[in-house]
Amino acid sequence: MHAALHLLLALALAPLVPGIVNRVKARVGGRAGKPLLQTYFDLAKLVRKGVVISETASWVVWAGPIVSLAAVACGLLLLPGPGTPAPVAFGGDFLLLAYLLGLSRLALVLAALDTGSSFEGMGASREAVFSALAEPVLFLCFLSLCAGSGGLSLSTMLALPSPGPVTAERLFVPVILFVLLLVENCRIPVDDPNTHLELTMIHEVMVLDHSGPDLAAVVYGAALKLWIFCALTALTLTPASGLSPLAAWGVFGGLMLVVAVAVGLVESAMARLRLLRVPRLLGWAGALVALSLVLSVWR
Amino acid sequence: MELYQSVMVALLCVNLALLAVTRLRTLTRITAVQGALLALVPLLSATPGAAGHMLPLSLAVLAIKGIGFPWLLARTLSRLEVNPVVEPYLGFNLSLLAGVSGLLFSLWLETRLPFPPGLFPPLLFPAALTTIFTGLTLVVARQKALTQVIGYLAAENGIFLLGTPLSGQGSVWLELSVLLDVFVAVFVMGIAIHHISKTFDSIDVGRFCTLRD
Repeated sequence: MHAALHLLLALALAPLVPGIVNRVKARVGGRAGKPLLQTYFDLAKLVRKGVVISETASWVVWAGPIVSLAAVACGLLLLPGPGTPAPVAFGGDFLLLAYLLGLSRLALVLAALDTGSSFEGMGASREAVFSALAEPVLFLCFLSLCAGSGGLSLSTMLALPSPGPVTAERLFVPVILFVLLLVENCRIPVDDPNTHLELTMIHEVMVLDHSGPDLAAVVYGAALKLWIFCALTALTLTPASGLSPLAAWGVFGGLMLVVAVAVGLVESAMARLRLLRVPRLLGWAGALVALSLVLSVWR
Repeated sequence: MELYQSVMVALLCVNLALLAVTRLRTLTRITAVQGALLALVPLLSATPGAAGHMLPLSLAVLAIKGIGFPWLLARTLSRLEVNPVVEPYLGFNLSLLAGVSGLLFSLWLETRLPFPPGLFPPLLFPAALTTIFTGLTLVVARQKALTQVIGYLAAENGIFLLGTPLSGQGSVWLELSVLLDVFVAVFVMGIAIHHISKTFDSIDVGRFCTLRD
């Protein structure tokens, strides 16, 4: 029951997360900002519109957003709630989650390449490079959680026992997951989701040729992906035992809000990194999570 | 013991940071953090009765490694007017990889060496050996003489860390004398770098290969 609740919450509330991030950015910048529900309004508007596809493009262009959205939605099935196992849980399901996210990205990259525009090809290339660098770090994060918990399923590795001390190296994992959230969801300092400058864009440039319901699928898929990473970060900090189910959901909701606000604050306080410095950021994150993994294994 | 382990993990993070930073000024600040963390180690590893005995050593380490050396390095840096970027022979990501490999090797070595049981508290030996490796990596993988001084300091910090559990009642004076030696060494190095800079307009040690009579 709780597992299904998380799934429904994610599907319903995911577009709220970008709204919170944008609202925080606007408030820090001294502006009123868009409404919190702006992503819902955008999605409703896009679904009602027609689709325009270039004559040079093939079926890959319209299949890309659908496959991407479906893959991310399937990934949600593997995500546990606070203190409750995921609807689908088995040993090694973290591999499936990582590859579902990879499949989602691949579908968008192929759709971008299929448009035949060199501009979109450039964005696809950047997205592929950064995600290729981020993926080992994500795996190291999962392995570190495995080593700390002794379980090979996301549902067991994200269950943090509340009694007993939290070791110092375990605290690295939420930090690195937060960095991965910024990288994988193309947020500042890796990519600026609001920019339309050709020299800097990564994710946005890939979806310039999509319109109508296709673009809605891309936007909704991006919101679901942001939810997954926020939830992973929040779940590593949510105590699974020692709390009533209602309190655990309350703590989880509060942490989700904290993560969303933190993304907004980072985007307000930091400038975009130069493209060449992003691999260094990921290298730093990889070294820290490797340290965490090594210490978890050796203890 | 929890705080002690956290300090060890923090020291390991500082080692990785030393290998990853790109600005000389940040490097001197991280050296100060390493010195301050190092000052905590004798206090935290002392038995309850010997804590008062270890206090002078901790204070001396804090004064020399946490405040004195970083201040000296920062002063040298500001007087040299060098390019504030660390110039590496070995890239930053490869340096980080070397740091993690050093940690793995240290953890493996700890299981192979026949230490008396209970001599080294958990994580102390790997942290110390990784600090030494980090220092050596900084010495050989960076171009500027200043970064090499910092590498030398880091290596010395690792040796100090290794010596902490061995320091019994009477060896505080030995440690203090080592600290004094290092202080003199860094002082001499600071002067040497200043003279190199004045004579050759650069502290890039790679250029020494092309020196002519």
